[in-house]
Amino acid sequence: MAEILQLVIAGLATGAIYALAAIGFTLLWQTSQTINFAQGEFVMLPAFFALVAMNWLGWPFWLSCLVAILVSILLLGVVFKVIVVDPMLKQGVLPLVISTIALGMLLREGAKDFYSAEAQPFPYIFPDRQVSVLGVQLSLSQIGVLLIALCVIAALQLFLSRTRTGRQMQATAQNPTVARILGVPVERMIMYTFIINAALAAMASLLISPIYLAKFSNGEHLGLAAFVAAIVGGFNQVRGAIAGGLLVGVIDNLAAAYVSTGYRQSVPLILLVLFILFRPQGLLGRREERAI
Amino acid sequence: MSWSALRWSLGLVLLGLVLVFVPVNLTDYGVPYPGLKRYGAYIMTLWLVTAVAAMGVNLIVGYSGQETLAQAAFLGIGAYTTALLTKAGIPYGMAFAASGLLAFVVGILLGIPALRVQKHYLAFVTLAFAVMAWLVFRNEQWLTGGVMGLSGIKRPVVFGINTRPFLTFYWFVLAVTAILTFCMWWILRSPWGRAFTALRENPVRAESLGIDVRLYKLLTFAIGSAYGGFAGALYAPLVEFIDPSPFALSQSFLYLLMVVVGGAGSFLGPFVGAAIAVLLPEWLRFTETWYLLIYAFLVMVLMAFCPGGVVALVLRLKALLLPQTGKVRP
Amino acid sequence: MQFSKLAVTAAAAAMVLGSPAFAQNSVLLPVIIELSGGGATVGNNWKNGVELAAAEVNAAGGILGKKVEIPAVDTQTNPGVARAAIQRALDDKPVAILGPIYSGSVKASMQLTADAEVPQIMGGEAGDLTAQGSKYIFRTSFGQNISMPKLANYLRDGEKAKSVAVVFVNNDFGKGGRDAIIKELNSRNIKVVADLSTEAGQADFAADVIKLKSANADAIFIYLNEEESARFLREAKKQGLNKPMIGETTLLGQKVIDLAGDAANGVKGHVGLTVDAPIPAVQEFGRKFQAKFNYKPDHNGLKGYISVYMVKAAAEKAGKLDPKAIAAALHGLTISPDKMPGILMEASWDNTGEIDRISFLAEVKDGKQVITQTLPKLKN
Repeated sequence: MAEILQLVIAGLATGAIYALAAIGFTLLWQTSQTINFAQGEFVMLPAFFALVAMNWLGWPFWLSCLVAILVSILLLGVVFKVIVVDPMLKQGVLPLVISTIALGMLLREGAKDFYSAEAQPFPYIFPDRQVSVLGVQLSLSQIGVLLIALCVIAALQLFLSRTRTGRQMQATAQNPTVARILGVPVERMIMYTFIINAALAAMASLLISPIYLAKFSNGEHLGLAAFVAAIVGGFNQVRGAIAGGLLVGVIDNLAAAYVSTGYRQSVPLILLVLFILFRPQGLLGRREERAI
Repeated sequence: MSWSALRWSLGLVLLGLVLVFVPVNLTDYGVPYPGLKRYGAYIMTLWLVTAVAAMGVNLIVGYSGQETLAQAAFLGIGAYTTALLTKAGIPYGMAFAASGLLAFVVGILLGIPALRVQKHYLAFVTLAFAVMAWLVFRNEQWLTGGVMGLSGIKRPVVFGINTRPFLTFYWFVLAVTAILTFCMWWILRSPWGRAFTALRENPVRAESLGIDVRLYKLLTFAIGSAYGGFAGALYAPLVEFIDPSPFALSQSFLYLLMVVVGGAGSFLGPFVGAAIAVLLPEWLRFTETWYLLIYAFLVMVLMAFCPGGVVALVLRLKALLLPQTGKVRP
Repeated sequence: MQFSKLAVTAAAAAMVLGSPAFAQNSVLLPVIIELSGGGATVGNNWKNGVELAAAEVNAAGGILGKKVEIPAVDTQTNPGVARAAIQRALDDKPVAILGPIYSGSVKASMQLTADAEVPQIMGGEAGDLTAQGSKYIFRTSFGQNISMPKLANYLRDGEKAKSVAVVFVNNDFGKGGRDAIIKELNSRNIKVVADLSTEAGQADFAADVIKLKSANADAIFIYLNEEESARFLREAKKQGLNKPMIGETTLLGQKVIDLAGDAANGVKGHVGLTVDAPIPAVQEFGRKFQAKFNYKPDHNGLKGYISVYMVKAAAEKAGKLDPKAIAAALHGLTISPDKMPGILMEASWDNTGEIDRISFLAEVKDGKQVITQTLPKLKN
């Protein structure tokens, strides 16, 4: 029993990070029909921004993290939208998909060539101490990761549902044409989603890199996890992406422990196929659209 | 025979001759051309194999407007099938046919559920399948040799000729590629193939004309996947060793990339795309690790300015430089 | 884009496929090695070791009066690519091939070097590489058939372990090591209470560590590649897995110590080759390497370095730069540092290409590898 509980907690901690990546993924899809195949690399890269600030410029860790988030918002949010997505929108979905695949390659190779091909140690945000909760040994940093990720998600939810801007963003996500008629500044809202996506990816990067070590190839695994989480969650709303992320994290851990490490990756994918077949609208998805 | 048809057939014969003689040392025949060594011929053969797989992707992506992210997995299915059957003593021809057939059947099985739902879901299902196939290749050691791979794959004996020497094997693959290319051309020329094009141009209209859209999409996906299987059947004896790594998901992405870069929906696109994907790393060897970076950057630029790929780009440049009397279709 | 134009393009394309010309009067030693992918760390170490040795050899007049050339090709840690690269290298009539390190890549390519009768001096450690009957394959470090018995003895006598949990990576190297250690443990009546397979490139070891916590073994034997070893140790420390962690060479390597930080402290095990060895020549090599490349080499740096000197010693014994003769000369050869200082430690090769050399027991203390004991050669 204690073992299962530990596995679930560890799974929730990584799952919360997947959820951060998956939320941005769905937001981009909703507002601009962008399937971002470079999403995994968006989660890989910000850790390297922090490493550059720490190791090359000698800045303290907290400042480096802040800088990493800001640089990500600029490069992976604003620049990505203006330089990559905007010129491609009129070309249709496939060229944009190809372009994001190529962008993923570019970021991967860039991190490799400009920083290093080797994994880099990355500091833990929390001390790696043990705490005992109800007789179950848990690590403080896992709980910390889980808490941070959940706080970020909660803040985002509040923003989307309680503020005017957030509601306008939701409207844009659900139906850009109608939103435009209702006077929502759609272009600005789309830009906001790109910025939010970059910020979330940067958060995910800072949380996952101490565990995974910062490495140029991490994006492949993270991208796949975010992708599966988004589809399982229904690909059309934030809540679904959160549930999908947590589910994928837990299932992955349980599969590794009780199915086989060789096939652990396949369990979330089987889940994905089942969802596509029997519940294409996803875990919490609904077919009908909400009004603003 | 009209003038343009004559030009076409002449061009085709010339192309065939060049491809046949590219790796041959012609110095003994008075032509100062040294030919290719073993490795050069290997790369040329790899280009042909890659082009066969890319032709399949082109049928799926370029002619029926879907996305596949599992072509490398189908290559794997073909390669493992051929390796296992030929090692068990079954003649190569049968193994080759079995590879294509198995890929076709798997394509049907994947396509039926995926095409029930929305447009991009085939991409998602194939993505999941690609990873799972790779896991099977890695984990089922009793069958596939697992991570150790399978070695000792023999090159076939065709009509009594052993294709073990690298030149003979290159010609063999060239012949098979030519046949498969002709089949593809025939498929696309048939009323059947015209229906594909109609589909891509205007699915709603195609449906109103009584074309069963789903059936067509399913068949294109299965045939395209079968081409992946055939390519795998050629890949196994080429490398004489297979392991799971060339059949990973990232490779499937590269196939999709090369087809769109070459020119999705144009007949020569896959050949150009495969040439770029296989030969470019060889030419850019001097840039060492930078070549992928350069390639990725060029792809993004190409997509932004000319999503029709290199073939479309060349045509566009030609139209700019030589104001044409009539449009030449590739 | 008509076919005729395409034909011209194809012909032009083919022209470029010729390979670069190498000087006729040099000793060509292509380095086919992992410079990217999972093996980037070990491959770069090997390549730099080779560069260091080649520079020294050339400064001292080369091999039999000819300069050494060492063009490097990246295998991307991919057996198929390694095979193609070796095929390409063999076109240029090399004297020997140096590399690769990953056993899967060696296995995929050793048939080619045997067919071409060119010695392949490689870094693979899978036990069966030297059992394939190739007369052209040579190790630079112990095969698992030699290191694992030494390690099992240490688990029995040093750790006094009655039960052991094994964590291995699912590739040639890991599987071979796991099979070898389990055989040795069984023959010493040590129970294997957990047998965990992990994936190459695996990032998340939370589930594995949780399972090991419940397995409750006396010691944990960890047989993973560098990065995975570091991730595992970090996760183990995070979750408070307080068991003796035992490894073989890789786990105690400098790269793992750098990556795992203080999580590597307390790790013990058997080390076949290390720059921390209490031998002046080896430590001197470490200093030279550090000065030239600005990082501390691991055992793969040493392996690359001695590979060049192996060719030199064998060529001098054979008296000619003929690949076949060099391979024949290496069989049954013992190279001692007084005759060939570059070999650093006395080493012998038997007629399968297996190496015999002294080795060490070591422990990681305060972020440094410390040698606790020296184990003698198997045959003197």
